[in-house]
Amino acid sequence: MSAQELGHEIYTLKVNGQSHPVKDAWIGESLLYVLRERLGLPGAKGACEQGECGSCTVVMDSQAVCSCLVMAAAAVDTEILTVEGLGENGSLTDIQQAFLAAGGVQCGFCTPGFIVAVHHLLDSNPEPSDDQIRESLSGNICRCTGYGRILEAVKIVISQRGA
Amino acid sequence: MVEVNLHGRQPQTVVNLRRVEELREWSYRPTQQTVTIGSAVPYSVMETGKIAELVPALAQAARTVGSPQIRAAGTLGGNLGTCSPAGDSLPVLSALNAVIHLIGPQGTRDIPWEEFMLGVKKNALNSGEFVHSITVPVVQGWQGYAKVGTRNAMVIATASACLVRDADEGLISIALGSVGPTIIRCSQAEKWLLKTTSLRVGAQINADLAVEFGRRVSDEATPIDDHRSTAAYRRHCVAILAQRLLVRSLA
Repeated sequence: MSAQELGHEIYTLKVNGQSHPVKDAWIGESLLYVLRERLGLPGAKGACEQGECGSCTVVMDSQAVCSCLVMAAAAVDTEILTVEGLGENGSLTDIQQAFLAAGGVQCGFCTPGFIVAVHHLLDSNPEPSDDQIRESLSGNICRCTGYGRILEAVKIVISQRGA
Repeated sequence: MVEVNLHGRQPQTVVNLRRVEELREWSYRPTQQTVTIGSAVPYSVMETGKIAELVPALAQAARTVGSPQIRAAGTLGGNLGTCSPAGDSLPVLSALNAVIHLIGPQGTRDIPWEEFMLGVKKNALNSGEFVHSITVPVVQGWQGYAKVGTRNAMVIATASACLVRDADEGLISIALGSVGPTIIRCSQAEKWLLKTTSLRVGAQINADLAVEFGRRVSDEATPIDDHRSTAAYRRHCVAILAQRLLVRSLA
């Protein structure tokens, strides 16, 4: 039996403050897949598909999680925040601007995951130590920029917000 | 989800337990000196706070799980359901003689840890049954968890160990992960240590004895060569981990 024949589930996900009905989905689809392929929100990226790279990071009920490891149908009744929901009216957040200023973006594939993880970090801890920043970003992998500039971007935001 | 994403598993029916509140709760019973943790409590809750105070080895193990994202989603229920010998929390449950509370169509049953894990990714769950919660004792005395991997974050254990010292009873228990088809409880090394030295409050230990304990612990491991490491290195690791944990427990 193919995946398509297994079921035509209908459920509703709340993403970035809006309700999105998910139709004709297979029950085993990951939240990452549903966000990207069914809801037209391609910000979260798929790479390792096993929670190791963090490029699919979204915030679910105030927790940063790997959307590739969450079954979408099990995310009903949670509040999901993706990188698309961070800036107002398509503008960049201070964190996104700091990534640009510090050169924390190169190929950009890991960037949405990092941006979401940093938003989550600074929402829960506005003045983290260097070690806390490193630990909170330990689930996000960048293979080109290097972590120094990303750390620098976070520190720029901390000092700007504190000023 | 990894099974679905990478290994072609196609579940036809999914039961969502996310909204079952009692699975996401934990409690401390001071009169019985036990902590009961719901199977859906995430590791991020165990890392710090009251659980970390009451069951420090579990907090240490929780902190070594994956990344913050994984710890926000990962649970004891997940480790127990999967029953991989590399499950980070499992040596802690073994060393603490945890009781696993199961629930299913036939009702509920409690089974001790040593009867729960049956082999690599094999456990005592019947079809339709799932893990409801886990009870561990609050032990007076030092306890700790240690893990070897290729880096600090995001790593599956090459070898791991949990040691619990019950100062009141004068007992030490030690359990190993990633060095056999199941979590290995080193009962021979435990017995040897009990015969050799006193482990009650104020006990001290010499360096030679700790090394010998490590060697005996390592003898009970049954590691294999695989893509993650070699049997020889894993044996070496658990000897060192056991030795260090024993010294720390009596420091």
